[in-house]
Amino acid sequence: MSPKKLFARSAAMIALTTASFSTFAEEVNIYSFRQAFLIEPIMEKFTEQTGIKVNILFANKGLIERVKREGELSPADVVLTTDISRLVSLTSQDLTQPIQSEKLNSNIPSQYRDPENQWFALTTRVRNIYSSSERIGPVDITYQDLAKPEFKGKICTRSGKHPYNVSLVASVIAHEGEANAKVWLESVKANLARKPQGNDRAQVKAVKDGLCDYALGNNYYLGKMLADPKQVSWAEAVNINFPNQNTTGSHVNVSGVVLTKYAPNKANAIKLIEFLSDDVAQQMYAEVNYEYPVKVSVQPSKLVASWGQFKADTLPLAEIAKQHQAAVKLLDEVKFDL
Amino acid sequence: MISNKSWFYKLLPWGVTFLLVMPIIALVMSAFSVDESSSFQHLIDTVLFDYTFTTLKVIAGVLLLSFCFALPSAWFISCCEFPSRSILQWALMLPLALPPYIVAIVYTDLLDFSGPVQQFLREFMHWQSVSDYYFPDIRTIYGAMVILALALYPYLYLLLRSAFLGQSGGLFQAARTLGLSPFQAFRRVSFPLSRSAMAVGLSLIAMETLGDFATVNYFAVHTLTTAVYDTWLELGSLTTAAKISSIMLLALVIFIGLEGHSRRKQKIYQRSGATHTDLRFELIGWRKFSVLAFLWGLLFLAFILPLSVLIYYAFSYFAVSLNAQLWQYTLNSFWLASIVASLALLIGLIVNFYQRLAPGLLAKTCIRLSSLGYAVPGTVVAIAVLIPFTHLDLWFNRQLVEFGFSRVGLIFSGTLFILVIGYLVRFSAIAVGSIGSSLEQVAPSLDLASRSLGQTAGQTIRRVNLPLIKKGMLTAFILVFIEAMKELPTALLLRPFNFETLATYVYQFVSDEMIEYAALPALLIVLMGLIPFIVVNRLLEKAS
Repeated sequence: MSPKKLFARSAAMIALTTASFSTFAEEVNIYSFRQAFLIEPIMEKFTEQTGIKVNILFANKGLIERVKREGELSPADVVLTTDISRLVSLTSQDLTQPIQSEKLNSNIPSQYRDPENQWFALTTRVRNIYSSSERIGPVDITYQDLAKPEFKGKICTRSGKHPYNVSLVASVIAHEGEANAKVWLESVKANLARKPQGNDRAQVKAVKDGLCDYALGNNYYLGKMLADPKQVSWAEAVNINFPNQNTTGSHVNVSGVVLTKYAPNKANAIKLIEFLSDDVAQQMYAEVNYEYPVKVSVQPSKLVASWGQFKADTLPLAEIAKQHQAAVKLLDEVKFDL
Repeated sequence: MISNKSWFYKLLPWGVTFLLVMPIIALVMSAFSVDESSSFQHLIDTVLFDYTFTTLKVIAGVLLLSFCFALPSAWFISCCEFPSRSILQWALMLPLALPPYIVAIVYTDLLDFSGPVQQFLREFMHWQSVSDYYFPDIRTIYGAMVILALALYPYLYLLLRSAFLGQSGGLFQAARTLGLSPFQAFRRVSFPLSRSAMAVGLSLIAMETLGDFATVNYFAVHTLTTAVYDTWLELGSLTTAAKISSIMLLALVIFIGLEGHSRRKQKIYQRSGATHTDLRFELIGWRKFSVLAFLWGLLFLAFILPLSVLIYYAFSYFAVSLNAQLWQYTLNSFWLASIVASLALLIGLIVNFYQRLAPGLLAKTCIRLSSLGYAVPGTVVAIAVLIPFTHLDLWFNRQLVEFGFSRVGLIFSGTLFILVIGYLVRFSAIAVGSIGSSLEQVAPSLDLASRSLGQTAGQTIRRVNLPLIKKGMLTAFILVFIEAMKELPTALLLRPFNFETLATYVYQFVSDEMIEYAALPALLIVLMGLIPFIVVNRLLEKAS
């Protein structure tokens, strides 16, 4: 191909992407920390109902920085996250704007939204402790138990620095203070069967392989693994346990959404956020992703419901998110991942 | 009297270098802004030492292994004759087309506890559980070294092979007639003569290793890149992240500078006369078999085995992974990689010819600066590129409003433009390096002869230099093309809405440990990298 042709082609490509920002009058732009293909079915429903086109950009790192740098020109209307710390980080850097919406207020219980309406949780997920069904069976267990000497060499987990684990550590700090949390974290590290590695699914697989007896993992992964032909045998090798039922309640994290400060399609964005908090989308979150819907009247999926009722930690998420940095630093101090 | 045109040619290399280095400068500058989170001190107090030590260890291990893989292969291919040599000479480059993190996943699947290898061993030896036997864990620093070396050794192989081929075989023969054994002649003549190529190859590998995140992260090995991501994403301090990146870059610049300094007096040019090609010695007996075993074994581990696993997965999950969008993603990847490779080639030519026509410290600086981005992890490059271009966009739009026009939005940082820039910042080093090392072998006396026969500098470049470095140019194009096909983190963060490349598509599945679903698009990445590679090889073979 001649260089001339190549440049013509690249110019055309750039022109096309620029044009795509302006040609659709009715659209809404999403920066998503959540995998695009998990939320695409929900977005298709939204487009079907409202005629508003949804543009998604998925990335697991750096989206907050991108919104920040783009400033008043940012095309993003909403940011979807998988974790409370990112919601708080967006809010604290003044990248969001509040939404006053009756619908959101009635759909989302108050502990799952920002007091100033800057962020809204859409689903909740539990940090469970999986146990080997063959060697242990279902157990009544606490996160604190994981530090006991009899668990030595029996625990698997992903990297401590993953947001899900950081949040768990932050919640322990919020409940027991930093000094106690450090002792706890050091003992858990000493009990690990192997260096933290892989993702939550890989820990369940490790239990199946007999490398460890207990694994930390979010609840919905069990549903996902049961639906995957290769991973179903991993899932069947474990029992799901809700920790801290007789004490503080299980640690719960959220996936959530914010409206960006300079959202160019604000009205559409609010429509989308309201849609996400409403029956249809909540149902889909529950059925497709095995998460717990925030809307009280929407039931979890049959499978998730079969795991039973549980008591969730009542400490407000915002309190836990405040300990995020302390948790990261603590993980470094005890060299959890090394 | 200096004409306008000559000014243009003087400024061009600096313009290009500025474009590539501006994001890095922006990043370094943000390292000096005030940081209230004190997270740098926190890192020093806790894990920075461990991370630094691990990083050095990984780099040393990868360099050593790559050296052990590449040097013998390049030597045997260039200077010995044995069956299947003509296949191996290009096949040994194929591992470049495989993204290292995919190779890492494939090997982990094969070798971990539930993988087929250990399963077979357990059944064969009647072992029951983990405690009954020892099997090396692949998810360790050593696993990471081996996988990275298997994926990266071709850079060194490629450069060494062309260095050996370019050397005069007469020198080697002379050494032999003066009583040296083949090994001595290699050690004392051929090896020192290939030092420049070796330096370029090893520094490319070191940079790539330093910039890698996906592979080491998969193996739970924590390097300085981990520190960069932790401080930036979890502690929210871009300043500290920038500081660590800057220190890494500084160390790299010093290291490369020292290496260049130590061979500043060495100048080697191609001479006419018998090359190694004419004087290859035929291997026989056990020598032949051990060389064949080494080369085919290397190729098997680095390419054939991982590729076969991918093909197997792709076939068993063909129906679920084949969909209409796949074709679009392939096209996206292809065009993007072609554009990036062409521009990188152009950049490589511009800065290298600047160095040739006006050698000196300035030109050298130009080359060094334009290559820095290669050592910076992809996501950090992405942010570094966003810093200046979002500023430019904001400024431009405010100007438009000032003059009564409506805003046009993010025309630089919100389009494919920034993605192309991001790739160029990251991969220009490859083009600059490989063109540089082939241009270095063209004797300046040829330029002088051409100029004294009345040709202008431009005509000399066109009629003398370019034809002589055609091979280097093609190599540069292909290497950048393949890298661009594989690149993930830059694409993930900088792409516009609804734009997927094969790599970003693969990642969606890989991040959920669903390698089987990712196998087909991953194979497409490999195939798309292989096609230009094979075509060019054919062209080169015909030409010679």
